[in-house]
Amino acid sequence: MTTATFAGTPVDTNDEGFFTDPDQWTEAMAPELARDADIDELTDRHWQVIRFMRQEYFDKGTGPTVRILGKSSGVSVKELYQLFPKAPAKTAARIAGIPKPRGCI
Amino acid sequence: MTDTIEKVSIIVSKGSLEGIYPALIMANGARAEGMEANLFFTFFGLDAVHKKHHEHIKISTVGNPGLHVPTLLGGLPGVSTAMTHYMNHKMEKLDIPSIPEFVEMIADTGAGMYACKASVDLFGLEKNDFIDQIQDIITVGEFYEMAAGGPIIFT
Repeated sequence: MTTATFAGTPVDTNDEGFFTDPDQWTEAMAPELARDADIDELTDRHWQVIRFMRQEYFDKGTGPTVRILGKSSGVSVKELYQLFPKAPAKTAARIAGIPKPRGCI
Repeated sequence: MTDTIEKVSIIVSKGSLEGIYPALIMANGARAEGMEANLFFTFFGLDAVHKKHHEHIKISTVGNPGLHVPTLLGGLPGVSTAMTHYMNHKMEKLDIPSIPEFVEMIADTGAGMYACKASVDLFGLEKNDFIDQIQDIITVGEFYEMAAGGPIIFT
């Protein structure tokens, strides 16, 4: 575990950069986390996904996979890969301050 | 820094439910992890992307010891269809997409999908017989070029 600072506040993250305590996250940290993932600006569409990620995490105990995001977040699989290039569920989870989503599909 | 895989090439050679799903799960998982992924459909694996067959993929109930159904029983008419229904129902409960839906989703993640030229010729097929997600019909040489630098998985 390491400590990183976002929006001036120290938080606990794991080796892969995921928050270990989602309650330490604030919305003000998101733009900085996004820049670390090479996303310059968070649009409303990004925020829709980020809020859905946190909602799912707190409801179900794990963040959603790409398949669940594509089905239920209101953002299609294609658009997810445009908004969060490479690995949408992982990247969005990092920005949303939740642990890495677990799920095979 | 631990080792990472940047690209995987997955060959689908079987036309059974249990032959196709693992390949799709691995391709989808690779894209979810941010890897480049290409799927190559060859021989009976072509059924997974064949317009007329992709909605009717069945589990093999003969010569499949893992299913724990005696081979003679598995060969009776309707047994494969019944087992497939049962399996599809179980998967639906777990929210696992059907094969056509899964293939479409994997294409949407940006994975490449190709049909094997030798098999396409063998079965007398053409590009039009396949779903739109099939980008091209390619030779084995072109496959190796595309796969260069990453692991190849054969299912």
